[in-house]
Amino acid sequence: MDDQLLDKSVIETGEMVLNMGPQHPSTHGVLRLKIHTDGEIVSKIEPIIGYLHRCFEKHCEKLSYEQIVPFTDRCDYLASMHMDHAYSLSVEKLLDIELPERVEYIRVIISELQRIASHLVAVGTFGLDVGAITPFTWTIRDRERVLDLFEALCGARLLYNYIWPGGVSHDLPPKFLERTLEFLDYFDPQIDELNNLLTTNKIFIERTADVGVLPPEVGINYGVTGPSLRGSGVNFDLRKNEPYSIYSKFDFEVPLGEGLMGTLGDTWDRYYVRVLEMRESAKIIRQAIKQLPAGDVHAALPKKVRPNAGEVYGRYESARGDVGFYIISNGKNIPLRVKMRSPAFCNLSVLSEISEGWMISDVIAILGSLDIVLGEIDR
Amino acid sequence: MTFLEITKYIESKFPEMISIPEGKEVIQVAPENWLELASLLKDDDSLHFDYLMCISAYDKGDNKTYGAAYNFYSVKLNHYIEVRVEAEDGTPIPSVAGLWRAADWHEREAYDMMGLQFENHPDFKRILLSEDWDGYPLRKNYTEPDYYHGMPVPKDKSYWE
Repeated sequence: MDDQLLDKSVIETGEMVLNMGPQHPSTHGVLRLKIHTDGEIVSKIEPIIGYLHRCFEKHCEKLSYEQIVPFTDRCDYLASMHMDHAYSLSVEKLLDIELPERVEYIRVIISELQRIASHLVAVGTFGLDVGAITPFTWTIRDRERVLDLFEALCGARLLYNYIWPGGVSHDLPPKFLERTLEFLDYFDPQIDELNNLLTTNKIFIERTADVGVLPPEVGINYGVTGPSLRGSGVNFDLRKNEPYSIYSKFDFEVPLGEGLMGTLGDTWDRYYVRVLEMRESAKIIRQAIKQLPAGDVHAALPKKVRPNAGEVYGRYESARGDVGFYIISNGKNIPLRVKMRSPAFCNLSVLSEISEGWMISDVIAILGSLDIVLGEIDR
Repeated sequence: MTFLEITKYIESKFPEMISIPEGKEVIQVAPENWLELASLLKDDDSLHFDYLMCISAYDKGDNKTYGAAYNFYSVKLNHYIEVRVEAEDGTPIPSVAGLWRAADWHEREAYDMMGLQFENHPDFKRILLSEDWDGYPLRKNYTEPDYYHGMPVPKDKSYWE
């Protein structure tokens, strides 16, 4: 009996293929990972996507420019405002129109609130992925306050249809600014609480530091952007590099990973960049509220969106990274082609590269640190 | 570098390889020259396009020519270029997945949606649709199938049209 156990020829030592998903809580949506493993060590991962494909680009062939906005909402459902803003910026570039100052300020305030909401989910679920359940309930509680603000703003909590090409749908409701400032006063100490509870937690650090290191040049080569790339210390943020809207008027820092707890570019760094970005967003909102000018938000709304023939590639820094809209117009009110460059799509493609040699439980941490949204990957 | 400087620089290296469509800030190149130009874009020290942002496939509308628009950015030098490669249906375009790994999934998507063929791609298959899907949905002459694996495709549009 003992001899048989020790006999290598009886023990299976070949590669094993393990399917994780499409229904799995740690894959953040309907994603299937085909994991090739040797024992518990991962040798290769094939992400299989497309379960949430809703033909966004095909729908755009039949919809007018204004009608596409609700569809962009549904692409990244955790940061809908960012998608609307990105799309609207691209259409405005095509139309070549000037926006009233007030619209730009409102858009910045809303977008940064949305960044806080989106990062709160990212940070909370990342904790959940590695086994910390309480921080998730705290971050969701705080995100709820942002959603309440959005509900007062436009009536919707998730899919807003608020930012339109040429402006925004409504002006700010009464007391919105006071409530936003109230929220920020409440929120700043909450980040310290979160740091005490999760960021500097010994178990959390053991689980995430040094794991899934993304070297900067590999990240750029794969097209990884946003906090996931900045976690590797690459100073690349479109709000600074190619300031769109009015971001050049604000004073804020771009947080970068430093390898504080382990190696530069590990999962902990990617997590911590998101925590620091929330503080910077709060800083931008305070400045924008202080400078907010008066004006009519509907002044530049075009009666009919009918750009001249041509094409545009508009870029935007969303909560997940560099969103691009490639729009080809043939002079009609319906675009000829809309292609969306989804940041999470590129961020996910690097998963196999950085997970190689780690255990399956670490893959969950690495995937969580990339902060993917399947709605945006599959479109 | 600005668009003009970049095109001048490329023309000094490879004369008569690129063309510029009138009134556009875009470089167009033939499929057979694309790989050569791509290596220059990536490896030349004064161009240094290390970040491939997006590959957008498009239909020219004549039922035979399809194109891919590559948007590049240099993180180090902060400049931008768009390159277009157009090919007739079935003519392969060389894959640049060996130079920019980001091209891997984007090329698969271009194939999946628009039917562009890429040569020497490491893992060439559909990405968003299932493997057994017929046709390329984003082509202008695509018609929705009546059946999928013997199941009728519902076409009731009364809710939204």
